[in-house]
Amino acid sequence: MEPRAIATITVLPGKARDGSRETFEKITIQGGDMISIVGPTGSGKTAFINDIEVFAWEDTVTGRTILVDGEVPPDDIVRDPARKPIALITQNTKCLADLMVREFLEMHVKARKIADESRTESTIALANEFTGEKIAESMRMTALSGGQTRALLIADAIAVSAAPIILLDEVESGGIFKEKVIQSLKSKGKAVIFVTHDPILALLTDRRIVMKNGAVEKIIEPEGREDETLAEISAMDAVLSSMRERLRAGDLLLRRGGC
Amino acid sequence: MKLLIFAGPPSAGKTAVVRQVIRQFHGELKIAFLKIDVVRAFEDEELSREFSIPARKVYSGDMCPDHTGIMVLRDAITWAEDLGAGMLIVESAGLCLRCTPYTTQALGIVTLSAVGGVNSPLKMAPMIALADIAVVTKTDLISQAEKEVFREKVRVVAPSVDIIETNAIQGTGLRYLMKAIHAAPEINDPDTIVLRGTPPLGVCTICVGKKEIGWQHHFGVVQNLEGADDLYRGD
Repeated sequence: MEPRAIATITVLPGKARDGSRETFEKITIQGGDMISIVGPTGSGKTAFINDIEVFAWEDTVTGRTILVDGEVPPDDIVRDPARKPIALITQNTKCLADLMVREFLEMHVKARKIADESRTESTIALANEFTGEKIAESMRMTALSGGQTRALLIADAIAVSAAPIILLDEVESGGIFKEKVIQSLKSKGKAVIFVTHDPILALLTDRRIVMKNGAVEKIIEPEGREDETLAEISAMDAVLSSMRERLRAGDLLLRRGGC
Repeated sequence: MKLLIFAGPPSAGKTAVVRQVIRQFHGELKIAFLKIDVVRAFEDEELSREFSIPARKVYSGDMCPDHTGIMVLRDAITWAEDLGAGMLIVESAGLCLRCTPYTTQALGIVTLSAVGGVNSPLKMAPMIALADIAVVTKTDLISQAEKEVFREKVRVVAPSVDIIETNAIQGTGLRYLMKAIHAAPEINDPDTIVLRGTPPLGVCTICVGKKEIGWQHHFGVVQNLEGADDLYRGD
């Protein structure tokens, strides 16, 4: 079973926590879009992506409406997780079953009735592009690190779920190669919406939705104006990453040349 | 008056779902709540305090809690009707996986926790088989693969049950449950309400106090090790 191919998702405005109407006219999301959601804790970031995940129809706390290809989505794509064109991965999402990586993926491949026998292998290979801690098919799901789990679940969403829209709720925290993930998602034409506090991830996206008090406060499209900042913080990030690796290796982190 | 019967194992999130239902409907009609439990229960006090609704509980003590539920249900309907309630919600103890406390003239809702593992629907087949709706909670915590497989396992037990996935704390995805409750008919004649399925046999020679182990020492309802039956799916 494959999720339905869809062209666009449209978010229609709801209301802020104080009852006032959101000011945007509509937000349209299509394949290849990279959108970040930022804002302080409690500002409504998770509620925003939850609205998309459940295809809100003025029946969530925010009162927003989500359209698929400009229309109210049919019941089957809203209700059946195997038909749903959306994959949501949160910081809490885990595989609970005590299975090997291979068994876990085979279970999903089988549930989706995918005939391609190499899909399990290619999914693991994709996950390994996202993380430096190598995942082997014989590892147990419950023993994977946080970074490995996130890498595998993202790869599963891309390769097995084949969901055209991927929602990531604060899943970036360490252990995965952010640029690689974004690049891969972009090259496969996925639409991705991140809830994030990570400046690199936020700057890698084309559109930034700023939340405040339960409502969309503004939508920023930097159009290249932040490129220099991105280069600068990517360099800082590279320094931090290499330090992290040296720390793990047991090095003494002395200042300049003293290692 | 509408009658809603909630079953499901402990910690599945029955009360979290009930809370969402009350939140949705208590502006429209008066809701009465009954919790059945074995030793202690707090749901009645919590819900009564939170929503200012009439709520009570009954302890089954030495009796099977679902038998207790069956025994007291007719009284509970009178209690709720006398209060002028438009909806009576009964929440089972959820202890016996063979039990299926749903009745006619009611909406039967089973609550299952997705974190119980993908095989859990098979283990509590009777609870699911005769329900109208299966609400699967905590789906925000599990992987997409497990979510899909869990749904398939529920389908194995009950091919036509209406499955609703939710994070009951947030109330996501419950729109279809609310629709079904809206559409559910009212009690027609409380004196003709009967159980949908046969409850597990509650009286055997162990129940009446014979302590010997082994079926050879008992009579009436007996079972040997090899004789374990297939899934109970209702009569």
